[in-house]
Amino acid sequence: MKVGVCIKRVPGSDSRINVGDDAQGPDLADVGWEVNPYDSFALEEALQLQESGAASDVVVFTVCGPEGDAKIRDALAIGKRGKCGASKAVRLDDPAFAGSDAIGVARILAAAVKKEGIDMVIAGKQSIDGDSAQVPAMMAEILGWPSVCEVTDLEVDGSAIKAWRAAGSGKREVVALSLPCVITADKGLNTPRYPTLPGIMAAKRKPIEVVDAGALGLDTSTVGASAALVTVAKWSPPPARPQGRILEGDASAVVAELITLLRDEAKVL
Amino acid sequence: MASGILVVCEHEDGAPKKTAYELLSKARSLAAELGGDVSAVVIGSANAANLGEYGASVVYTADGSEFSSDGTGSWASALAAAIVEADPAVVLGAASVDIRSAFPRLAVRIGAGMASDCTDLFIQDGVLIARRPMYAGKAFADVSISSSVALYSVRPNSFPGAAPVGGSATVSPLSVSHSEAELASKIVGVEAPKSETIDLTEANLIVSGGRPVDSSENFDRLIRPLAEALGATVGASRAAVDAGYAPHNEQVGQTGKVVNPSLYIAAAISGAIQHLAGMRTSRVIVAINKNPEAPIFQHATYGIVGDIFEICPLLTEEAKRQGIGR
Ligand SMILES: Cc1cc2nc3c(=O)[nH]c(=O)nc-3n(C[C@H](O)[C@H](O)[C@H](O)COP(=O)(O)OP(=O)(O)OC[C@H]3O[C@@H](n4cnc5c(N)ncnc54)[C@H](O)[C@@H]3O)c2cc1C
Repeated sequence: MKVGVCIKRVPGSDSRINVGDDAQGPDLADVGWEVNPYDSFALEEALQLQESGAASDVVVFTVCGPEGDAKIRDALAIGKRGKCGASKAVRLDDPAFAGSDAIGVARILAAAVKKEGIDMVIAGKQSIDGDSAQVPAMMAEILGWPSVCEVTDLEVDGSAIKAWRAAGSGKREVVALSLPCVITADKGLNTPRYPTLPGIMAAKRKPIEVVDAGALGLDTSTVGASAALVTVAKWSPPPARPQGRILEGDASAVVAELITLLRDEAKVL
Repeated sequence: MASGILVVCEHEDGAPKKTAYELLSKARSLAAELGGDVSAVVIGSANAANLGEYGASVVYTADGSEFSSDGTGSWASALAAAIVEADPAVVLGAASVDIRSAFPRLAVRIGAGMASDCTDLFIQDGVLIARRPMYAGKAFADVSISSSVALYSVRPNSFPGAAPVGGSATVSPLSVSHSEAELASKIVGVEAPKSETIDLTEANLIVSGGRPVDSSENFDRLIRPLAEALGATVGASRAAVDAGYAPHNEQVGQTGKVVNPSLYIAAAISGAIQHLAGMRTSRVIVAINKNPEAPIFQHATYGIVGDIFEICPLLTEEAKRQGIGR
């Protein structure tokens, strides 16, 4: 079984994102970049499948320019001593991809996954920049594969897959499916490792293949800004919160005051 | 030409969920401006007829055991069938796990654009605009969709659920054919939660505990009784979850649940940017923290500088004394 892991470089979860009123987009000049945290769960799961013998190969996919290479190397560096980790990365890069919406990105990734002969795709449940949670399931639909989203436990026995997902109201569902398929990773699936020094050295020698629309056989009219159905018209900062109030006094008086305020002033109780 | 609004109404134990009423009421006011009818689609077995009283003129139903949830992507086919019948310009659903699983597949299948987890929908120059948080709510984007039918998932508690307006709906069963991908997967088990609680993402009142709660016993002693006294749902910070004091599904934040309640009580939670990511749109935030400099106070509507081991039991007592949550 060949596993594909989709990763994305995103501003770190602790970054400040500043947008002014009527801004054209957030100012990302000073942010620190990271591999999207949910993608780290996806990668870790793929590597564990490799280490258990269930996966024969792990390939990392990303839609990005050369600025993404450093984070790709981080992903390629993770793995256990003596095991190879991901064997290579495929970076999907073409001027025609610029401005793609989620369906466009899904088309690009689906074409690449097909070309590489991937049997199972594991992706993060969402990337923490756009927060759309759309691309992996779209990719599955384009490929005609089943998908299970927000998986917190995965069992692979040959081509028989079991995936646990949180359904509504605290229930957990067990979904049985077969290859090929798309899985999206939620927190709780595993605990991602950090790269080790030998891993970082090894990652330097792993290939990052740059693949364009032509090599994918992708019709460029189906991707990029001109094909996008979804456009951002305007950005704004989060709405300001009203000035807060610290309640002072001895504990029991403060507690009584709080309950009264919540009931009578805020009207939330 | 496509017109009108189709609302995906989710239900629990046969009754429509609160989000169904929130979306129907928003759909009614949008349709008044955009034109067209409001219709509803109900997937799985539920009492659908009363949705007419909330403004739906037709309720499309897809009943069958394969539709109990969207674990296998089966909802996309049901929704596609409803869209063929209703021919809407706009489809609304709650940003629930099932909609998050179904809408992206549906979008590809019918060639529709999609906006996720919207917190507002409004009309500007005759065009429907969706406002949605990005970068974990550090920025908001106003999004427009150019396809003839557009999909929007809406964060629960974003709109008030209106009272019934009277009216009745025609119930129209759908005939659904499944895609091969859907047939290739099957739900083979459902594990029930230890205790029945409202989904955090839909909860109206939440009490969350942080790392200093210090054990799962203390969660049971301090946080859960306070939540129970208020009629609230329990949440936790990642630090508390990773330490094993609370289960994963109670984590609030960037890598946990995004919640949108009327009241969020943060007990001994510092207010790290990743925690704020999950709760910053809460209408009222109460911070209980012994450090007056804790960042959470900058976001709090009301703050108490104090020790949770003292404050939480007192709050629980006071809530009971004043008969809250009953
Ligand atoms: C990629 C990434 C994703 C993350 N995702 C999340 C997420 O989803 N959710 C999340 O919560 N965090 C997340 N974090 C972690 C986050 O950065 C913080 O570490 C975490 O939120 C801290 O939890 P805490 O506030 O409970 O604990 P602490 O940081 O330890 O803060 C405890 C607070 O309690 C106060 N306190 C101490 N004792 C008492 C007492 N007796 N009474 C009253 N107050 C007291 C302290 O003053 C302090 O403010 C993420 C981090 C990363 C890097």
